[in-house]
Amino acid sequence: MKLLLITEQREGKWNKVTFETLAAAQQIAQHTNGSLSGVVLGKGVAPLADELAASQLAEVLLVEHDLLEKYTPDGFSLALRQVIESAKPDLVLLPHTYQVRDFAPALAASLGKGMIGDCIAYRYENGKLIFVRQMFQGRTAADVVFAGDAPWIATFQAGAFRADLAAKHTSGKAPVNSLSVQLAPEQIRTKPLELFREAKQAVDLTQAPILVSVGRGIKAPENIPMAEKLAKLLGGELCASRPICDEGWLPMDRQIGSSGQTVAPKLYFALGISGAIQHVVGMKGSRTIAAINKDQNAPIFEVADYGIVGDLFEIVPAIIEELEKTGHS
Amino acid sequence: MKIGVCVKQVPAKDAPLAIVEGAAWIRESDIGFETNEPDSYALEESLRLKEKHGGEVVAISMGPDRAKQTIKEALAKGADRGIHVADDQFYKLDPLASARSLAAAIKGENFDLILTGLQSDDQGFGQTGVLLAELLGRPHATIIMQIDVVDGHMKLKRELEAGWFQWVELPLPAVLSIQSGINKPRYATLKGIMAAKKKEIATVSRASLGIADAPTQRVERIYVPQKTKKTEFITGQPKEIAAKLIEKLKHEARVL
Repeated sequence: MKLLLITEQREGKWNKVTFETLAAAQQIAQHTNGSLSGVVLGKGVAPLADELAASQLAEVLLVEHDLLEKYTPDGFSLALRQVIESAKPDLVLLPHTYQVRDFAPALAASLGKGMIGDCIAYRYENGKLIFVRQMFQGRTAADVVFAGDAPWIATFQAGAFRADLAAKHTSGKAPVNSLSVQLAPEQIRTKPLELFREAKQAVDLTQAPILVSVGRGIKAPENIPMAEKLAKLLGGELCASRPICDEGWLPMDRQIGSSGQTVAPKLYFALGISGAIQHVVGMKGSRTIAAINKDQNAPIFEVADYGIVGDLFEIVPAIIEELEKTGHS
Repeated sequence: MKIGVCVKQVPAKDAPLAIVEGAAWIRESDIGFETNEPDSYALEESLRLKEKHGGEVVAISMGPDRAKQTIKEALAKGADRGIHVADDQFYKLDPLASARSLAAAIKGENFDLILTGLQSDDQGFGQTGVLLAELLGRPHATIIMQIDVVDGHMKLKRELEAGWFQWVELPLPAVLSIQSGINKPRYATLKGIMAAKKKEIATVSRASLGIADAPTQRVERIYVPQKTKKTEFITGQPKEIAAKLIEKLKHEARVL
C-alpha cells in the first residue's frame, strides 16, 4: 500500500499532532508492507522538509507556492489535489486538526472520494484496514472501512498515537523532492487576515497541580461555588468542559479540551463531565483522574483511576465536609 | 439575506444507547430525540443575521419523519419555513452522500448563506458544511466565532487551536460552520410556537433526488469501547465514598 502523510505547519512551526500521525502512518505502512511519503506544504518551508526527511520515510515531497504562504481552504485543497493526482497514493493520512477539518472533506470530495475523519485507532485484519472512530460523543466506538477505489483519505485525532514512537530514518535521510503545483490568485476565494490571541490568559491551568473540573452535570451556575470550594480545599484551580464556558458560567480561559487548554496535573477531579473526546484529549495525561458521574457508562470512566457513580450534589458536599474535618495540606 | 440553516435531530443527550446487533446503529424505538446542540448555535446566528440584515431563514433537516420536530422547533424560534429531506435510513449515509443529498435538495433555493453546526453529537462526522460548500461551488469557512456582513462580503472570526483566532474575509454567497458558544441560543416563546403552526414545511423524499447510492465508507459495527485503564469504582453512602476517596487520593495515589 502506498501511503501519503500530509504534515501541518503554520508560520514555519510544526503542528505537533503531525508527528503523532507520522507514527500512525509508519505503523500502517509497516503492517501493510507499504511505503510512506510525507508532504510539506507552504512557502519557505524547505527547512521543515529537511527536518522531516530525518524520519523513516521513502520520500519527502516539498510543495511550495506563494499562494500557500498563508493557509486558505481553496489553496490547500487545490494544491493537495494535484499532489495526490501526481503521487497516486492509496491512503492519504492527515492529523485531525482545526485546519484539516476546514479543508480535507472538500479535498476528498473534489476527488470524488470520502474521508473517514477523527480516527482514534486502526486495525489491519485479513488484508483489510479498519479505522476506529468514536460516535455519540465517545459513548460508542465504530469500526469503519473504506468502500470504493483508492485514494482513501483518513484523519487521526490528537492524542491517538504517540509522537515519540515515530521512527527515525535508518540510513541517513529520505530524499526531498520538490513538486510544483499550479495555483492562480483568482482561485483563492478566502482572504486570510491577521492571527491573534484574545486577552492574556488570567490563569495558567497548565501549572496547577490539582484541577477540579465541572461539566454539564453541574446543572446551574448557582452550583459552581460548590466546585470552587472543593478546588480551594484541595489547593487547586477550577476549570470546565466546553459547554460550561459556552454558557458563560465560567470564563473561556478556564476551558479544558481541544479548543481550550491541555493539562496534565497530578490530580484531575471531573465533576459531572461525560468525557466527550474533545474534553478528554485535554486532560487524559493527568497523573490521577477521579470522576463523579451519574451515568456509569459515561466515557469519562474510561480514563478515570477512581470512579464514583452517583449524584454529585450528594457526594461533593460529603467530600468537602470530610476535607474540612481532616484538613488537607 | 436568504439564509439556509442545517439542523439535525439526534438522540437526546441522556438517552440510553442500546446497540442493535448487526445494524451498526442504536435502537431508536424507545429513546427521545432533540435538536443537535451545535446546530442550535447555527440557527441562532442565522436568526440574528436576519434581524440585522433582513431576509429569510429556512431550516433544513434530513432524517425520518420525526426530524420534522426539529424543524418545528426552529420555526418556533423564528425561522420562516422548513425543508424536510425525508429518509428513514438516514443514519446509513456516509458524509458525502448526506451532503450530496442536502445539496441536491437546496440547490434551487440559491441561498446567500448556508450555516451548519460544527458537528453532530451522534455520528460526529463534522464534514457537512465543508462538503456542501464544495458541492455547491461556494467558498466556506469553519469554526466561526463572529460574523460581520459588510458590503456583500463577510469578515469572520475563526477559532484556531490553543487560544488562537484569525480574521478572514469571504465573499457571499458562502457556507459557514459555526463554533458552539458563538452566541446564546434563544428559547421559543409561546407566541413563536403558535406562529410556527402556520409556517410551511416542504417535504422532499431523499430517494426522489436521484443521488446514486455509492458509499465511500461503511460503518461495520458500533460497540461500547473497551477500557484502556482500570477504574476503581468507589461505592457506598456519600459519607463513606468521601472518606474512602480522600484516603485513596492521599495514601494510594499520593496526590493530596
